[in-house]
Amino acid sequence: MSEAPVHELDVRRLLCPLPVIHVQDKVRELRRGERLRVVCTDPGALADVPAWCRLNGHRVIDAREGQGEVILLIEVG
Amino acid sequence: MQQRKAVALISGGLDSMLAAKVVMEQGVHVEGINFFTGFCVEGHTHAIRKRDRQRPKRNNALWTAEQLGIRLHIIDIVEEYKNVVLNPRHGYGAHLNPCLDCKVFMVAKAKEWMQANGFDFIITGEVIGQRPKSQLKHFMPVVARESGADDRLLRPLCARNLPATLPEREGWVDRERLYDFSGRSRKPQMALAKQFGLVDYAQPAGGCCFLTDESYSRKLSDLWAHRGEKRYELDDIMLLKVGRHLRPRAHFKLIIAREEGETRFLEGYRHQFAHLRTLSHAGPLALIEGEFQGEEDRELAARIVARFSQGRDAERVELELASPEKKPIRLRVAPLPADQVASGWYV
Repeated sequence: MSEAPVHELDVRRLLCPLPVIHVQDKVRELRRGERLRVVCTDPGALADVPAWCRLNGHRVIDAREGQGEVILLIEVG
Repeated sequence: MQQRKAVALISGGLDSMLAAKVVMEQGVHVEGINFFTGFCVEGHTHAIRKRDRQRPKRNNALWTAEQLGIRLHIIDIVEEYKNVVLNPRHGYGAHLNPCLDCKVFMVAKAKEWMQANGFDFIITGEVIGQRPKSQLKHFMPVVARESGADDRLLRPLCARNLPATLPEREGWVDRERLYDFSGRSRKPQMALAKQFGLVDYAQPAGGCCFLTDESYSRKLSDLWAHRGEKRYELDDIMLLKVGRHLRPRAHFKLIIAREEGETRFLEGYRHQFAHLRTLSHAGPLALIEGEFQGEEDRELAARIVARFSQGRDAERVELELASPEKKPIRLRVAPLPADQVASGWYV
């Protein structure tokens, strides 16, 4: 079985809530099961993007912070 | 009976949270809407400044929605909102805050959303007399009328002080289970929060918009005055939140980072602005907005930036002046003595 495609979203330099708004807009284009890798520099994204995912039925598979960046992997629900 | 649906304007503060909760308690399906204007106080300074990074940060609107267990739709209205800020029909408040026009605009946007998504009415957390101007009793009908929401706009926290709206008349909500709060006291809201078991909410802090802030409004006025017209882009209003702003000459301004986090943030603008950085000593990055009119300006700017570096007491500080379209040049200057940094230069 092939893995679901991973889409990319670069929201570096954008401050809250713009990363969430961009994730929201991108996820709207994707289908259930597809994955989105989001790269941010606002540390608040580490709390806000997962919160938005919980509210909207998506799953955060991985979230990590390092070298000034936050990287999240989301599976569209 | 058909379950009715309401869209609640969620700011992230206590009042909008309670307003949504009051209506949810009556069996109405509620979803939240939150607007991003670019002026929202959502911890931007906090996100940028390194020293603040250890403190937990959250978007209060998202947090509120999680507490309520409702979906939240965050909508970017930066472009459309410019007309509200630049041409407020009802004028400004104490600073550059167009609160009444803002409320009308947001309720109108909520109405658009309501109609596009098949919802029945709109909820706001307004309380009569809570805030000057936009929440005065005689302005409540102005917001309802000018937004076009009319009697589909329900203010659950003060509804019993106002004529019954469509949701009340139709029995979608029970007016007797709405509230009659008025005035500036926060005690009734806090008591209601306690009754609902809501203990963790954003503290009332007198506004969620930078336009209500005196210092921020002064910087925005300065931007318009020196640009020769009332106009802004998102980058302009973000940069007003960061760094020291000094205007030593009418034709240029320096935005000088105050610490490492701000330097990192300003670095993102190096491709748009000429900038100065110290080479011989640790120091801030400074963006230059406007144009130097000669070597004197260039020297003065470099001396000011040197003043804010670790080399402030050195005889000479070396800096680099770079711009998007020119080759960088090196400058060696004497840092400007503290008493020569005129207080009037600070915007």
